[in-house]
This record gives sequence, C-alpha cells and structure tokens, in this order.
Amino acid sequence: MARLQLRNLEKVYGGAFKAVHGINLDVEEGEFMVLVGPSGCAKSTTLRMIAGLEEITAGEIRIGDRIVNTLEPGKRGIAMVFQNYALYPHMKVRTNLAFGLRIGGASKAEAAKAVEEVAKILEIEPLLDRLPKQLSGGQAQRVALGRALIKKPDVFLFDEPLSNLDAKLRASMRVRITDLHKRLKREGMASTVVYVTHDQTEAMTMGDRICVMKDGHIMQVATPKELYEQPANLFVAGFIGSPEMNVIEGHVDGSDFRTGGQVIPLGEALTGRLTARPERAALGIRPQHLALATGINGALSAQLRGVEFMGHEVYLHALLDGREVTTVASAAEFERMDRSLDTIRLLPEAANMHIFDRDSGRNVSLRAQG
Amino acid sequence: MTDISQASDVFTAGADALAEARRHQRIQQRRARISAIMRYAILFGVGLVMLYPLIWLVGASFKTNAEIFANPGFIPREPTTEGYVQGWETSTPYTFGRFFWNSFLIILPKTIGTAISCTMVAYGFARFDFPLKKLLFSSVIAILLLPNVVTRIPQYILFRELGWLDSFLPLWVPSAMAGDAFFVFMLVQFLRAIPDDMEQAARVDGCNSWQTLLFVVVPMLAPALISVCLFQFMWTMNDFLGPLIYISSVDKYPVSLALKLSIDTTEAFEWNRILAMSVLTITPALAVFFMAQKYFIEGISAGGIKG
Repeated sequence: MARLQLRNLEKVYGGAFKAVHGINLDVEEGEFMVLVGPSGCAKSTTLRMIAGLEEITAGEIRIGDRIVNTLEPGKRGIAMVFQNYALYPHMKVRTNLAFGLRIGGASKAEAAKAVEEVAKILEIEPLLDRLPKQLSGGQAQRVALGRALIKKPDVFLFDEPLSNLDAKLRASMRVRITDLHKRLKREGMASTVVYVTHDQTEAMTMGDRICVMKDGHIMQVATPKELYEQPANLFVAGFIGSPEMNVIEGHVDGSDFRTGGQVIPLGEALTGRLTARPERAALGIRPQHLALATGINGALSAQLRGVEFMGHEVYLHALLDGREVTTVASAAEFERMDRSLDTIRLLPEAANMHIFDRDSGRNVSLRAQG
Repeated sequence: MTDISQASDVFTAGADALAEARRHQRIQQRRARISAIMRYAILFGVGLVMLYPLIWLVGASFKTNAEIFANPGFIPREPTTEGYVQGWETSTPYTFGRFFWNSFLIILPKTIGTAISCTMVAYGFARFDFPLKKLLFSSVIAILLLPNVVTRIPQYILFRELGWLDSFLPLWVPSAMAGDAFFVFMLVQFLRAIPDDMEQAARVDGCNSWQTLLFVVVPMLAPALISVCLFQFMWTMNDFLGPLIYISSVDKYPVSLALKLSIDTTEAFEWNRILAMSVLTITPALAVFFMAQKYFIEGISAGGIKG
C-alpha cells in the first residue's frame, strides 16, 4: 500500500510544447482517484509519467516514500491496464498472467499459484489455456485486469480500460472494478488506483475523488458529489453533469442577477457567500435545478426551441434572452404542460445557483468547506 | 369470374417474369464460366512459357548427352540416371555431397546471423530515439539502393587485409553485422505496423529492453523473421559471385561454384551431368519456397517491397 504524490510535475515535448503544467496531486493510500478531462487534456500523459513510460521534464513523483522519477516502470511498484488490453498475443492467458512474476524472478510454482488465485477472483479459470485472440473484449479486459492484480503493486494505473467495450459490458465492468477495489481495500491489500477516463459517468460512479484536467492543468480535485454541487470553475461546471449546466451571462446587482431584461433573485444565502462581485458574471444552474413554473412570479420566460424525449424524463431546450438553456422535466410534468405555448416559465432554485467570474472562470459563490 | 381471370393473369405474368429471371441467371452463369475458362487458359499458357525452361531442365537431366541437343521436347526417349550418378561423383576428389555440405555451412550461420543482427538493428530503429537516427536510417536506405558490385572491391581488400580470404568469414560476418540493409528495412517496416502497447506492458511487467525484444517483440515478429530467413537461404544458395571472389579452395566450394567447376574442367561438357546437378541444386530452394510460400507473401506485403 502506498500513497502517490505528484509535485510540480511538468512535461514538455520537443522543448516547445508544454503538455503538463506543473501539477500537484496527492492520491491517498487505498484511494480510487479518477483523472478525467476532454481529449488532449494530458490525463493519459500524466498517467504514463506515473508509470514511467513517459519521461518527466520537471517535478517529482513519489510512490510511498520513494521518489521514482528515474526508475524503470518495472521497478516502480505499479501495474497498468491498457486501453486495448495489450495482452501478449503469442502467450496463453496463463502465461500472460504469470509473465510479470516470472520476469520478477518468481519460481514457476509461485507464479502458478498466484495465477490460480487471480483467476479465481476474476472468474477467468476456464480461459487460462486460451490465446488472447480467442477471448471476447470483456474477457480480454478481465485478463488484463488479472495481469495487473497478480503483481500486487503499490499503485494500479488504468488507462481508459473500458473504452473498447460496448455500453452494457462497460457498465458491468465498472461495477466489477469498483467491487474489486473495495474488496482489496477490505482485505488490506494494495489498492491505490489512478484511473484515466474521458467518460464522466465512469468518473462519477467509480472515483473516491476525481481530478478534472484541462490543457495540462488540474481544474479541481474533489469527491464526485462536491464536483457536482460545488464546481470550482466554469470548466468543471460544464464538464461534469448531464445535460450540461446552464450558464447565463449577466451581472450581479445587489441581491439580484440581471441578464438582458430579466432579473433573477439570488437570495440572501448566495449573496452572502459571494467572495467577489465580478463585472462580467455568469450564473450557473443545472437543468435539474431549473424547474418548470406554473405561476408568473419570480419565473423567467424563455422561448421553447426543442424537446428531447428520454423516456423517464424530457429535456426542454429554450432560448433565454437569445442564449440556449436546458431544463429537465419529468415525463409526467411534460404531459401536464400546456404545449400550445411557445413560451415556458422557468424557476431557478436559489440554493443550487452558482455565480462565476466570466474572466477568470472562477466560482465566486462556493460554500465554505467542512 | 373476372376476379379469377385477373388472378390467373397475374399468375401468368409472375411465371413469365420468373422464367425470364431464370434465363437471365443462366446466361450470367454461362458467361462467368466462359470467362473463368479464358482466364485459366491464359494463366496456364503464360505459366507454361515461364516454367518451360525448368521443366525442360528436369527432363533433360534424364537424357543422354546426345539426346539433349537432338530432342527439343522435354520427355526423354531413353530415360537414364547416368547424369545424376556421374555428376554426383564430379571431376574433383570430392562428391557433390561435399559441396552441398559447404553450402549448408555457409547458409546456416549466415541466416542465423542475419536474423539476429537485423532484428536488433530494426528494433533499434523502429522503437528507440537516439542521436543521428534519421541520418543513420537514411544511410540504410542508401545502402539498399547501392548496387552490390560497387562495394565488392573495397570489401575484398578489407577482407584480404584481415586475412579472411579462402574462408567462410567474408560470407558470414557482414550478414551477422546486419549488413543486409534490405532485411533491416523489411523488419523496420514490419515493426512499425505492430502497436507498441505490448512492449509497454512488458516494461511495466519489469522487462528490460533485451527481455522485451526476446519475449515480446521476436514472437510477434516471427512471420517477418521467417521470411527473412527464407530469403537469405534462397539468396545465399543461389549466390555465385560471393563464393567465387572469396573462396579459392575446391574443398570449400558451395554448390553454386561446383556447378561452374564441372563446366570449366571438362573439355567436352557433360551437359547431362551439369543439368542433373542443377536440378539437385535448385531442389532445396524450391522445396523451401513451396513449404513456406505463406511467409514469403507475408514478408513481402509487410515490407511493401516486391521480392
């Protein structure tokens, strides 16, 4: 078991392109940390630097109490699961699993015993004598997982391990991996995980904490709940949550937020929390917190532009002073709605509103921690 | 009543359409068959023209000396194995077996050396970054384009200075030092097509570069390596100029030189012996080729080069 620490980690390619800008991240012992971000945000590069597959330009990587900056990948106490499994095509599953141990100097008997144990945990015993090409995607992924597990590493690294699977299998593998993590943790085994994904569902459902990255910078590190409820900036607000958070541009005027001709009362609690009153502000509110209103009072009026029927709920897309906003209504609510009108009335929940500084992107209405 | 007559009209029309469709299908099938017959006829004809010398060679090796020039056909009138028996004895103190053994002694170390050295060099070029990599790789390509003849004399002088003349060393050593740029290039191309994830997985599993090469890269490279070995085998078997330049003792002659020997030393050429030994000489290469056709094609298509 070990803690992973990144200190001022930098990666510069060819002396010109800076991919990672001095990031700092602490992953606690036994923690499941998810690195998430859009493509090109350097999440995979960061993971590969931790693995030792990519050289670091500056900074420090510490696993446990060792600085591993210049250590070979095999000596860092890590195991990695790759996106396309990277099983050795010419070796049977059994040999694939045992390979790392054998290279590390384990005897044949030790390796065989470890293979049996891991195969049992992952339920891949019937596959042991197959070649990788005889496995389905899900099976190959489990073998890849087994190859990492068998090494009993200090830190597990996952590089988008589920992106090659279909949606259904992905969901079941998600559960399997989180269960496995909990089990390892319970049994007191090494279980520090760094998991890279671009899929926010994976991030939200699997991570103890999530590190949101953008262009080689860390935007926020927090628990899934905190990320959702307290996004530190506009980027996180937009990236986490589906449908995306509505961002309404305007300015704060006393205890109101003014946008175009409309006024949204912010309420005392929110105005009291404001750490700044930016000239160019944005009000962020999730579609789920923008209720369809029946009355007129305090409601915003918006022109309905489109409806997306999702089954149990309906996404309504409307224009609020020329800017698109989305709201989520339950199917029942949608049934009750007077659909002959072009205009809908929206009531934002004051408790779930955020005020952002449009220039810095910062959330200036965060609740005090603790 | 009208309904029934209408229905029967529909039936008739349907039957007509069906008959028409069947006829059409028959015509198409016939056309396809004719076209196939034509294709095969042409292929067979051209194939025969190309193979005829070989077939004639085999036929002629069973003819008597007198018949070879008298009879242009390839089926011997009085088949005899005299050519084989006498050819095998040769006009030297050694039998042809000795020359086959010599060929084997040249081919085996050379092929193994080529496979090992070219794999290492190709792995380096395909997977590592090092100073002057581009320049060095360009020089590999340049060597590929260089006619062999150009380097013959400097090489000869070099090996003479080293005292390697009349030994197999000049034939082995350049290949064991990845001197065959073609193979290096072929393997580099093949390696580039293999994703490096498995190698990264091996590094994470604790392999150093050599272990990665040996346990992960070489097995994946197997089809290309087999074709490298096959090419080297055939080319060495057929190589005449190399042994001619460097080997002067008859007891070290490979089969390619031994064939020439029987032409040189006999005043009246015993053509049937020469042809018989030629047949024996090409047999191993042919056998290997037919057994390993699949790998040849794989190797050629992977390298994107015509053989």
